[in-house]
Amino acid sequence: MHELSLARALLTQLAAEAERHAFARVLRVKLAIGALGHVDPDALAFAFEVASKGTLAAGAALDIERVAGAAHCLGCGADVAVHGRGDFCPKCGGGHLVVTGGEDMKIRELEVA
Amino acid sequence: MCGTCGCPSHQAGGAGRAEDPERGRVITLERDLLAANDAVAARNRERLAAADTLAVNLMAGPGAGKTTLLVATITALAGGVPVAVVEGDQATDLDAARIRATGVPARQITTGKACHLDAAMIARALDDGIAPAHGVLFVENVGNLVCPAGFDLGEAAKVVVASVPEGDDKPLKYPDIFAAADLVLVNKCDLLAHVAFDLERFTAAARRLAPAVAVLAVSATSGAGLGVWLDWLARRRARLHAAA
Ligand SMILES: Nc1nc2c(ncn2[C@@H]2O[C@H](COP(=O)(O)OP(=O)(O)OP(=O)(O)O)[C@@H](O)[C@H]2O)c(=O)[nH]1
Ligand SMILES: [Mg+2]
Ligand SMILES: [Zn+2]
Repeated sequence: MHELSLARALLTQLAAEAERHAFARVLRVKLAIGALGHVDPDALAFAFEVASKGTLAAGAALDIERVAGAAHCLGCGADVAVHGRGDFCPKCGGGHLVVTGGEDMKIRELEVA
Repeated sequence: MCGTCGCPSHQAGGAGRAEDPERGRVITLERDLLAANDAVAARNRERLAAADTLAVNLMAGPGAGKTTLLVATITALAGGVPVAVVEGDQATDLDAARIRATGVPARQITTGKACHLDAAMIARALDDGIAPAHGVLFVENVGNLVCPAGFDLGEAAKVVVASVPEGDDKPLKYPDIFAAADLVLVNKCDLLAHVAFDLERFTAAARRLAPAVAVLAVSATSGAGLGVWLDWLARRRARLHAAA
């Protein structure tokens, strides 16, 4: 699954930051993952635990903030909360929603030593 | 902007925290997880635009007919437009060989365990000069309706190929990839008479994910609908050319 690629992409960024900011160890990583992003938070946490073994981030806490999905309804013009892609508009029942939020896959901050 | 390293922002943690031996300093990044891939993809997009090459990322489940459709498309373009193909599969160069048999250059990328192509793989193919100037570079992604959706390659358009035997419920089952589509092709429409597949139901489902997306029914084997697909490609080439 691509969660392993994402975990590796995260580790690559951590290694680059370690060089830039001169730290030896990552204690905590805070991510923001949207409900409509291309990643399952639990699968990512598992992949990170496996992929980080023997790296500067081994044993680091992965703190995942889940960002809610948001969309704009083309039917009634409302801005609404959505749980997944393909949801119907909770206001008018329409099926044409343009996603406006919750696609994040972001590294917010690191705690390092 | 961070003065030390040029990253958008970073700051040391609060004084109290820094003194706590259990706590480290905090570095604020606010950066996309796939920032490295996205940067390479942006560079690919620039290189392709500079060469006036329309890059089309074809994404579909295994066996939807991507390679057959490419062979039919190349044959229909019949030397009028320079074409090259990048083939992504976990293993074998069977698909690249099928493309080369048409006389068009093809570069096979085998991804091993990876379930999708990424921008760096395409960058290496561009380094080798695969992109035909003033032409079309087709990228056949690894047969997979999940993972390719998240990885920008630097393409000008993402085309999702579904096929009639897969059933008309696929958009709702694999929403991420359909949400990313600039065009949806429904291949194997020659089988509509034999399979319970409701094209209207499929189209309605796809539009719940991408409200403005065009859905074209085609058959790579009978040639039905290929003209509309070729027209779409011609429009996208003209648009890219006009933007240059
Ligand atoms: N009836 C019918 N069969 C088709 C059509 N297009 C492809 N096929 C058949 O579908 C099978 C798979 O076609 P491919 O072109 O190899 O599919 P693909 O999407 O490239 O497959 P992978 O690269 O392995 O993911 C082959 O047996 C094709 O002959 C079509 O339009 N109609
Ligand atoms: Mg193929
Ligand atoms: Zn509405």
